[in-house]
Amino acid sequence: MQETVIAHLPAWLKLMAESFWPLMWAGLKFTVPLTLLSFACGLILAFATALARLFGPAPLVGLARFYIWLIRGTPLLVQLFVIFYGLPSVGIVLDPLPAALIGFTLNVGAYNSEVIRAAIESIPKGQWEAAYSLNMTRAQALRRTVLPQAARVAVPPLSNSFISLVKDTSLAAVLTVPEIFQAAQRIAAVTYEPLILYVETALIYLVFSSALSALQTRLERHFGQHAAFGGRLQ
Amino acid sequence: MIRLEGISKRFGGHAVLRNIDLNIPEGSVTALIGPSGSGKSTLLRCVNLLETPDTGTLRLGEAVAHFRAGKPPEQETVRGVRGQTGMVFQNFQLFPHQTVVDNVMEGLVTVQNWDRPRAQARAMELLDKVGMTAKAQAWPNNLSGGQQQRVAIARALAPSPRVLLCDEPTSALDPSLAGEVVDVLRRLAAEGMTMLMATHDLRLAASIAQQVVLLDNGVVVEFGEPRKVFTSPSDPRTKDFVATLTQSALPEEWT
Repeated sequence: MQETVIAHLPAWLKLMAESFWPLMWAGLKFTVPLTLLSFACGLILAFATALARLFGPAPLVGLARFYIWLIRGTPLLVQLFVIFYGLPSVGIVLDPLPAALIGFTLNVGAYNSEVIRAAIESIPKGQWEAAYSLNMTRAQALRRTVLPQAARVAVPPLSNSFISLVKDTSLAAVLTVPEIFQAAQRIAAVTYEPLILYVETALIYLVFSSALSALQTRLERHFGQHAAFGGRLQ
Repeated sequence: MIRLEGISKRFGGHAVLRNIDLNIPEGSVTALIGPSGSGKSTLLRCVNLLETPDTGTLRLGEAVAHFRAGKPPEQETVRGVRGQTGMVFQNFQLFPHQTVVDNVMEGLVTVQNWDRPRAQARAMELLDKVGMTAKAQAWPNNLSGGQQQRVAIARALAPSPRVLLCDEPTSALDPSLAGEVVDVLRRLAAEGMTMLMATHDLRLAASIAQQVVLLDNGVVVEFGEPRKVFTSPSDPRTKDFVATLTQSALPEEWT
């Protein structure tokens, strides 16, 4: 038993070393840009949806709720299939990458609009009143008083969703986007070494998500300056 | 001059304010007193339209607001009223993400578009007035309650309001910290600042106010100078309430 493992070791390492750069490259070229771009677009959508739900007129509130309900209630994989494989039937043909980008953006938008709404609602009413008493408009009170405090509340759950997205982008493989997971599948198909390839793939995702969560710590520190001496958490 | 005419306010089925008339001359300090739930905080909040009265008229300088149930006042009216009022809250409500001096500058910079150096100079003057210059760069959470309330007073004064509204300004403070806030308010009163304050604090009501208004169940039951209200009240409800404020907290047999 011991001998078989040892006998396998060089080949095992060799394969991992050989496939490392193709996988890493697929990550840097597709996974990372897809993650960053769809998260950025998704956050804008999430913010707009949260504001619509909180402050919009009734039809906008309804629209926002419908959108959140629809996206959260259906699997991401099915959404991606509808966009990429379904829409061509009605004449909307998208390239794999834009299709994936749209799918992930809609997903990030729906989930995080609830995070942003909850963060805004967590700021005490007295803070709004203090801002209004200084004669701020609602937009000024939101921008100057509420959002800076809500940002601090929102960073941990937003980071959660960001890390999830890093991993969810592997679903883009089924839309033929040549990201990490697709690259691994292709190499596994020719080498017949699925275990080695997929374990290596998992490790590379681990590297990317660890690097990205280092960003969370920095953001939390930035938004939490005023609580540095432990004053705010009573 | 602040003039309230026929102000009424209901929350659901409950009438909180019933047909209140009140005149507050420029340069005077008026204390609103009364038991919890008597409507004094609501009345105060009606003056800067954090609450919208159902009926009545509010006159504040040039701004006039007529209220009709179910019809919110024009945004322009609200801003006209709020531009002439400053408010101090029971729980301070400083902006925790801004330093002390930024808190005081906030109204000037965001609402009145002052440039930062000018706003900062004005903020430092006001912090000097409330004895808080040394803490200008501190975060609000690192201050005592009394210090936070003094900063909150400076913040409310920054845009030079015509009237300062104080909602239980000392109620969240222990007696020694309340004392430093009372001192600041007393100095402001001596400078001729018009103030309207809801309070349970006898020190505030008796030593600073020129007139006391006793509210009970949404109605003005007593109105007059503090000495008269506290020593020879005419209404039995005032007698009861004043007794609760002034009676010794120590057991009778100790005195």
